Amino acid sequence: MSDSLLPLIRAVEQAHSASQLTQAVRALAATGQEGSIPTLIAVLSYNNPGAAVAAVEGLIQIGEPAVPALLEQLDQHNYTARSWAIRALAGIGDPRGLVTLLGAATADFSMSVRRAAARGLGTMKWHWFPQDLLEIAQEEALEALLFVAQQDEEWVVRYAAIVGLETLATAIALAYPDWRAQIQSQLARMTDHDTSWAVRARACLAQQQLQAGIKIMPTPATVEPSPLSATDWQQILDTLYARKAQERLAFGEGDPRRYRELALAIGQPEVKP
Amino acid sequence: MQGTNFENASDLSLVDTASDESSLTVEQAIANLRGPDSGLRYYAAWWLGRFRVGTPEAIAALIESLADDSDRTAEGGYPLRRNAARALGKLGDTQAVPALIECLACDDFYVREAAAQALGSLGDRRAIPPLMALLDGGLAAAQPLGDGIRLRHPYAAILEALGELEATEAIALIEPFLDHPFELLQYAAARAMYALTQESVYAERLVRALSGDKLPLRRAALADLGAIGYTPAATAIAQTLAENSLKLIALKGLLEKQVQQIPLPTLSEEARRIMALMDELL
Repeated sequence: MSDSLLPLIRAVEQAHSASQLTQAVRALAATGQEGSIPTLIAVLSYNNPGAAVAAVEGLIQIGEPAVPALLEQLDQHNYTARSWAIRALAGIGDPRGLVTLLGAATADFSMSVRRAAARGLGTMKWHWFPQDLLEIAQEEALEALLFVAQQDEEWVVRYAAIVGLETLATAIALAYPDWRAQIQSQLARMTDHDTSWAVRARACLAQQQLQAGIKIMPTPATVEPSPLSATDWQQILDTLYARKAQERLAFGEGDPRRYRELALAIGQPEVKP
Repeated sequence: MQGTNFENASDLSLVDTASDESSLTVEQAIANLRGPDSGLRYYAAWWLGRFRVGTPEAIAALIESLADDSDRTAEGGYPLRRNAARALGKLGDTQAVPALIECLACDDFYVREAAAQALGSLGDRRAIPPLMALLDGGLAAAQPLGDGIRLRHPYAAILEALGELEATEAIALIEPFLDHPFELLQYAAARAMYALTQESVYAERLVRALSGDKLPLRRAALADLGAIGYTPAATAIAQTLAENSLKLIALKGLLEKQVQQIPLPTLSEEARRIMALMDELL
């Protein structure tokens, strides 16, 4: 750790008021240095929303190096910290967060977590995925987002699902035209029938932007290569298969309710609405 | 939609999860509301509003509850009346207007507040004279009481209701409240004045409040700007130091106003700009 980081970390640890803490976290987050990760993660459990927002932004800025520590945080029994960690994972878009985001988007108790996870499912770093894993991963993301778009009772979560679906549609466009068609018909249904006018407007915009070919995703040649190891990919594959297997046990294929059940089964039991 | 028990619920998307909240049926809720258990009655009144159950039986039972004398707090308040008034405000049935007007004379401050809010959302102009009567005495009568915190009437709710009811005849009564010592009341007056005049000077007063020192006041200004749908505030709303969820709700208000004025599938430049800001806050 560089010496310049120590006073900033100390300022976070010794802050005496909520606003002092937020300012100290902002200053630490602005360094973008990996040495700040443990402190930023600790802030997620301080029960100070302003500071947590700043910490999440800092962790997203750091990106991939923060992912292992964030995944560890998910095992802790602190719901608030967990929900902030999911928001950071959604912002980073690292494939190791995929299964967490699938569960969170479809079944988390807090609408701000479902909202962030739904958006994050669209902006996953798909170009990092090996081809054989990409198909199953994108299919899961598509199913989860369609479920959220159709079923979530909060307008803001459905709105986020549309943003996720629009981004996903541009990522899968060439490989799976039938998936893209599913997204487009879902958007058309929401434009005409959603109970919220804001959601209808966003669905309408997504349709228009997809038709016009706006928002083209970066091609793999122009972006950084995947830093994930073979073991990482194996783990992602295993958890995705486990998820699929549990889905089949719990419900018939094609029943979206399985996501809520499944997410409970894989580790959100401490949530009591 | 599967598994629901609501025949006339107007907003079925709200009841699609199998949570405890939706486990009542309409019949049970109405029976509970007329039953002896004050806890169940209070919950049933909330529930009927939450799930938009506007059946004739529900409306009738809620109107009866506005005159309830059995559920009292230690301070003499009427909790059931408050919840019944709030529910009736959501159900959009103007049959409730005369009974809600009577509630404006209730000695429970919170019943008067809930009734004023409900009358504002029901949009029935019969409510205008009795609401204006509560502003008698003007700013002098609306000063904080002895403890410096409480007020004689729920002025914020009254001002906002008059704005919603397009009560241009009340402008002269509302305007002095722009100088009330409570900032929240200044905002309520600015919101009402903007609704009644469409003059940007009043909305800009709320935009300035977004950069104030206190979080609760910034939150209130966000809610007010969302309610009036003042498009020029979009960027300032997105930049306010407050929770993303509140900023999203405020921007939703702006977006829906745009969509009302220019129907889909046309999307105005402003609507696109608002959605770009919302996308960033998710």
